[in-house]
Amino acid sequence: MSIIQIEHLSKTFDSKENQVHALNDVSLSIEEGEIFGVIGLSGAGKSTLVRCLNLLEVPTSGTVTIGGKNLLELSKEELRRERQSIGMIFQHFNLLMQRNVLDNVCFPMEIAGISKKTARKKALEYLRTVGLEEKAKAYPVQLSGGQKQRVAIARVLASNPGIILCDEATSALDPQTTRTILELLKKINKEYGITIVLITHEMRVVEEICDRVAVLYHGHLEEIGSVQEVFGNPKTRAAKSLILARQSEQLEEEINREVEYGNV
Amino acid sequence: METSDIFRMLWAGTGETLLMVFASTALGYVIGLPVGVLLTISDTDGICPHPLLYKILDIIINITRSIPFLILLILIQPFTKFVVGKSYGTVATIVPLTIAAVPFIARMVEGSLKEVDHGVVEAALSMGAGKMTIVIKVLIAEARTSLLVGVTIALGTILGYSAMAGIVGGGGLGDIAIRYGYYRYETGIMLITVLVLVILMQVLQWLGTLLSKKLDRRRG
Ligand SMILES: Nc1ncnc2c1ncn2[C@@H]1O[C@H](COP(=O)(O)OP(=O)(O)OP(=O)(O)O)[C@@H](O)[C@H]1O
Ligand SMILES: [Mg+2]
Repeated sequence: MSIIQIEHLSKTFDSKENQVHALNDVSLSIEEGEIFGVIGLSGAGKSTLVRCLNLLEVPTSGTVTIGGKNLLELSKEELRRERQSIGMIFQHFNLLMQRNVLDNVCFPMEIAGISKKTARKKALEYLRTVGLEEKAKAYPVQLSGGQKQRVAIARVLASNPGIILCDEATSALDPQTTRTILELLKKINKEYGITIVLITHEMRVVEEICDRVAVLYHGHLEEIGSVQEVFGNPKTRAAKSLILARQSEQLEEEINREVEYGNV
Repeated sequence: METSDIFRMLWAGTGETLLMVFASTALGYVIGLPVGVLLTISDTDGICPHPLLYKILDIIINITRSIPFLILLILIQPFTKFVVGKSYGTVATIVPLTIAAVPFIARMVEGSLKEVDHGVVEAALSMGAGKMTIVIKVLIAEARTSLLVGVTIALGTILGYSAMAGIVGGGGLGDIAIRYGYYRYETGIMLITVLVLVILMQVLQWLGTLLSKKLDRRRG
């Protein structure tokens, strides 16, 4: 059975003036151990979708089933426990600014009630995994964006999750750093067998690490399939336009490179 | 009056003032901190939104804050007498000072806690943190610098109020300044008393700023 199953998921935001249908009858399933990408333009509903997967956002209708459990039927206490096994990393890292790196990584273990001594030992291990053990005593202000995201990844590993949700985890980073973070995510996926759901508006991120991809457009699921399928032979206009945008971006990169090397 | 007598009187007055200020600020936080937390979490973007509770607290705080301290002091004299047994003197003054401090402190706590980045609260929620954990380990812990600045402001404001209480025999330096300066025209003593108040305020401010800087990890 799929580790994540979404059925007829809809989310409508009501405000005084109008209603926003952020998600419209979205159904999809994600398999254990895969890296699943969700791509779409700004406002397509990507963040809303991923936030429904740990109920940070409560869907208006539909079901979210994770590891066979329907999240919407869980009690508050059960949901808290379930969330401990679904990690999340964010565009803006969201580290505790008043705690050092080590204590940030210990935080999920504190929540889970693990003793301080064990937590510290494990935290150091996770910091080693992300290559930041020498920064254990540093505070987040002293780190670069890429380093902060690596701390966030170590922190997410500390809750020993089966799933990691990434909401634009590389969008605040430069291309070079983006690549190292993606490599790290790939490594985690392989080594720990963690399923990764990755939200992004950048095609190249999907190209680089995803197995399958879903295209969202105005809250509708337009297309879903393997990355080769969707990018090689897009069927919908939404997917086609994303791919065209990517091609022009690539062209631009090429030109820039040539200009840099003085070939023009 | 002998110089040594004046000195002794000022010394005792300073002690009384500090007692009033610290006791009522401490009591003010005992009540004001939880109220400030409630205001933060019950607001629409808080971790347990409760518009009605927020509105009620909001209105009570606005009303109590708009009563001038001197009027409050006189209005609640019966209550003070009921609690302490008398309505004048150092200990009695702690009652109105605390009542004035609570809404003021609650508002400042609310302001400090709302400065905490919502993303960090979300991260904690996504890890399965409970409400208590979020309040203590995220909101209060992350806002500690700002909360400490708040404590300094509260102490300073209460120091000012405590001096006002001198008008109704509230004890402390304010009492001395009014008795000698206003009723007996001993301008010298009044000026010295005011000077002591100024020094106290400076020291409080200096200590507060030092401590909050020392505890802030957001600077490199
Ligand atoms: N809390 C909210 N209240 C009201 N409307 C919201 C809320 N959150 C999202 N929306 C709306 O829902 C729609 C989808 O938003 P969402 O954040 O999921 O998009 P997105 O695909 O993540 O976009 P981006 O790439 O810019 O992050 C948008 O129109 C947005 O304005
Ligand atoms: Mg988004």
